[in-house]
Amino acid sequence: MLASVPPATAAEGIAWNGFVQSHVAARTSGVNCPDGTECDFPSAELRSQLETEGKNAAGNTGFLGRFDLLRDFALDDTRLETRELYGDLRSEKLAARLGRQVITWGVGDLLFINDTFPRDQVALFTGQPQQYLKRGSDALKLNAYPGPANLEWVIAGFRPDNTPTSRRFVLADPLPAGLPRRTEEPGNNPNELEISGRVSGYLDNWELSGYASRTHYRSAALGVTAGEIVGTYPRLNTLGSSLTGPAGKGVLSLEAGYYDSPQDRAGRDPSIENSQFKGLIGYSRQLWEDATLGLQLYGEWMRDYSAYRETLPAGFPAKDRLRKVTTFRFTQLFAHQTVTFNVFAFVGLSERDHYVIPSLRYAFSDNLWAEIGANIFGGNRNGMLGSLQDNRNVYLTVRLAF
Amino acid sequence: MKSFRRIALFLLAVVAVLCAAPARAADPSAEEIVKRSLESFYYAGNDMRVRVSMKLINVQGKVREREMTLLRLNLGKSGDQRYYIYFHAPADVKGTSFLVWKYPSKEDDRWIYVPALKLVKRIAADDKRSSFVGSDFTYEDVSGRDLEDETHALVRKEDLAGRPAYLVESKPRAPSDYSRRLSWIDRERWLPLKEEYFDARNEPLRTFSADKVEQIGKQWTVTVRGMKNLQSGHRTEVVFRETEFDVGIKQDIFTERYLRDAPARWVR
Repeated sequence: MLASVPPATAAEGIAWNGFVQSHVAARTSGVNCPDGTECDFPSAELRSQLETEGKNAAGNTGFLGRFDLLRDFALDDTRLETRELYGDLRSEKLAARLGRQVITWGVGDLLFINDTFPRDQVALFTGQPQQYLKRGSDALKLNAYPGPANLEWVIAGFRPDNTPTSRRFVLADPLPAGLPRRTEEPGNNPNELEISGRVSGYLDNWELSGYASRTHYRSAALGVTAGEIVGTYPRLNTLGSSLTGPAGKGVLSLEAGYYDSPQDRAGRDPSIENSQFKGLIGYSRQLWEDATLGLQLYGEWMRDYSAYRETLPAGFPAKDRLRKVTTFRFTQLFAHQTVTFNVFAFVGLSERDHYVIPSLRYAFSDNLWAEIGANIFGGNRNGMLGSLQDNRNVYLTVRLAF
Repeated sequence: MKSFRRIALFLLAVVAVLCAAPARAADPSAEEIVKRSLESFYYAGNDMRVRVSMKLINVQGKVREREMTLLRLNLGKSGDQRYYIYFHAPADVKGTSFLVWKYPSKEDDRWIYVPALKLVKRIAADDKRSSFVGSDFTYEDVSGRDLEDETHALVRKEDLAGRPAYLVESKPRAPSDYSRRLSWIDRERWLPLKEEYFDARNEPLRTFSADKVEQIGKQWTVTVRGMKNLQSGHRTEVVFRETEFDVGIKQDIFTERYLRDAPARWVR
């Protein structure tokens, strides 16, 4: 199979790239933070990334490594993060990638349905560049290209989302204070592995994809047992599809999925997410030169709503059966695309809350850019987004690439 | 008297037709000239591979650089084309790639691949007049416009820098950022040698120049070109290197698979 790869005339060799970046997010709300919460600067860091990439002359073997050395002033910590590190084998009809790798599926814009791979909400809420919104999966990814379809399987070990904690964020915590807490992550036993699959193809110039996964929820389900609070990551099965193509002068995107919680099919365990249907419809188009508008309507529909309501503990705000969110994105480029103004807004229609992210970036040169922006949470404090409103912040990022 | 005038008019008409006929036989219509020019400039060969160096130079002389591999495939007589563009530099966008399915009669389909997120995104393509990656070239300048988008009139025959050329004036049918365009089109090689765009007030807007023309295989190709915005002073220089035609690029290269994973045989 490998012999069928046509030989290239020149080797790509090994390339080195990287950047240094400073990123600071300063809280703007005047709340008094609880002890142990980083109140003034939820994010303050200096980061250096080194990327190395190589492939052989024929292009059938390659690797990529991306490492961040990070000085985290907010938590007074220095650490080395392996963002990605994988090897590739390719032939004309098959490809395999093994190692830590970022995988992105689906057609939503900052809304994820069939993409259940690990994300970093802390990076989102503190205004980090978009490449930090996803975390790598430790996985074996296999691709097959039989004719017009593209088949993809991913076998991965568990990695959680990076979710906000009270070290950086002011969070309402309805669980009893004073109890010891711990989380139990799934291991890498064969019965705890995650398997995801995607099949995609073109129908004329439309793209149709189907997805299935046997995975885990990536934010901890907290339960009180025997005098302690234990966070676990329940099993999650998903099944869904997406479609995207041209409509009028823009792009139409549709995605739907079913989330099955096999550890709580009856929906009576309040710590585990109720099984639900999720769907989105999105449309984006150019308004004028260098300006783009994107709109999305997103909904989550709980399957066992009466069971949810009956078992919801006192003190927890009740969600609607159908939770609706719209998003809005406007991007305008100026000055030969050296200046980018962008605003992204989540608006909770059911929970009457919002999260608005305006940003302005200027590229001083090909290698140096700076961005200022804000993370503005607001509205109903019982809503998912509104509950974060004590964490409103402004941020500044400066990156020098080499 | 009346019949004499009629005969005189008839004779005048005959003379006029006889004089005009050789000129019409020698010079193709403005539409024909522009059609052949578009074919030579945007459709040369069945496929093409080229390494593109682009310099974006602002009025203070500050330079930004883009290094790309561009692949193109013509799909038969329909005029449909596929484009694949891979960015080698600058470092911050390295690995980013664009895929364009171009149709003469409707909006193009366009995708971008963002390597840091391993994200393929379909982008709204109603922006043929938008700048290509911040340069003075528009998407349309890169992948071609449609003959019917403009009306064309032959102004005169005129030599330009030692090359015989037709001077053609084209006006967009739909309102655009330019009101008219003058093109000097090589009478033998059919490539545009120079273009001048004028804005709505008839002020000079942009100037295109073919700075170096080479024969590669059977194809005459503009290997060095420039576009200058006369109102902002910003300009863009483009050099084609390693230009190859008819190298056998297959249609499946222009799909999501290779957008995510650049084809090593062609992108190097």
